Amino acid sequence: MIPFDYRRAGDAETAVAAVAGNPGAAFLGGGTNLVDHMKLGVAEPDLLVDVTRLPFDSVDPLPGGGLRIGAGVRNSDLAADERVRTRYPVLAEALLSGASGQLRNLATTGGNLLQRTRCGYFQDVTTPCNKRRPGEGCSAREGYHRYHAILGASPHCVAVHPSDLAVALTALDAVVRVRGPRDGHGERAIPAAELHRLPGEHPEWDTVLGHGDLITAVDLPPLPMAARSRYRKVRDRASYAFALVSVAAAVELTGDVIGDVRIALGGVAHKPWRATLAEAALRGRPPDRAEFRAAAEAELADAQPLRDNRFKVPMARNTIVSVLAGLTGEEPR
Amino acid sequence: MRLNVTVNGRPRQADDVWPGESLLYVLRERLGLPGSKNACEQGECGSCTVYLDDVPVCSCLVAAGQAEGRQVRTVEGLAEGDRLDPVQQSFVDAGAVQCGFCTPGLVVAAHDLLRRTPRPSDEEIREALAGNLCRCTGYEKILDAVRTAADAS
Repeated sequence: MIPFDYRRAGDAETAVAAVAGNPGAAFLGGGTNLVDHMKLGVAEPDLLVDVTRLPFDSVDPLPGGGLRIGAGVRNSDLAADERVRTRYPVLAEALLSGASGQLRNLATTGGNLLQRTRCGYFQDVTTPCNKRRPGEGCSAREGYHRYHAILGASPHCVAVHPSDLAVALTALDAVVRVRGPRDGHGERAIPAAELHRLPGEHPEWDTVLGHGDLITAVDLPPLPMAARSRYRKVRDRASYAFALVSVAAAVELTGDVIGDVRIALGGVAHKPWRATLAEAALRGRPPDRAEFRAAAEAELADAQPLRDNRFKVPMARNTIVSVLAGLTGEEPR
Repeated sequence: MRLNVTVNGRPRQADDVWPGESLLYVLRERLGLPGSKNACEQGECGSCTVYLDDVPVCSCLVAAGQAEGRQVRTVEGLAEGDRLDPVQQSFVDAGAVQCGFCTPGLVVAAHDLLRRTPRPSDEEIREALAGNLCRCTGYEKILDAVRTAADAS
């Protein structure tokens, strides 16, 4: 690990200015991804600005019934919050399906969203990777890519975003609040579904944030239908593994039909994948397995799996069907 | 920098600390507490698990500067004098040790589990210990030890 300077920020303005003014600087939250990348040589910041003591460590009610989650709230504290557990169970389930207890106790809300792909080639500095060094080429496209994307990939990158939290927030229409060097004393709001981007020509950019932009909070809308929501993560081990496929969903029944529905997929793309085609196919339809399957197939019609991850297409379809069936009472939770 | 941190109930100071070095390094190399182990150094194996402000964390991922003014409890702080904590005694009794490198982290993780869940199911034990890897794969005896510790407390 190369030497670096460490500074503890006293307030958000100072933190943003310190990072914005130094191209080699980075914010330090729980360190569960950045610090291991520094040890691997994947990240080489020359200044870490510690933002863990900024006053962003609480979950507060918003006027109108939503919740504001401070960017510094630890994953385990957020998962244990009674309001989250009862009103947004998909969020608590997603958090608890990620990492280990020791890591959830450190990892922050903002840092979780900004964690980087676990593509083995991205983490191995001896192999070409367009995300790590643009223009080098993608080793995963013809290499080991069992965990990689089936939707929205580009010739330059087939990596997936690893966050479970981000998938739940995307399904919940959450809004990410950001303070950056361009924002003066104000903040700007970015829908969670638009925070991460597809790789396109620039896989080196995971998100729409610029250097020095600091996530300060995530706002959850009231969304009463989220009380009936769940997260299911399919993985190689029962615990402590990244998703092959995950599904976050919420359903509202109106009479005998689906009045409203939210579906987001993890483990399938460079960003949390909001399944808008499946949602559109389901609104106003009866909640049965044939409808769920048709909707899932509509969403996955454009999937372009790689040589060794074709299994993800039926796995995603079946997981969508199973989660929706569970939420609508077709099978026990 | 001079680092001030309370370790196992005692205020401690360390001088000439580089704020970017890990809390694990501070504990082992500056404060003479080698119980927490330095294995993967990437937060994957749990061998360096300590309580930080009463929650278990991977101390290899915590920068020394982040620990300033906080409370740390290491595996050395679990016993009361010569009397081992029930979790430690159960690891001894069950022979839940092979090479021993993962043991301190597992003891802290199991200690935390039993504080929160005194009578855990096997599923709860497995989930709570998921972040602690035993490269000898000696998990069966480790599960025995946690079950025994739960019965003893």
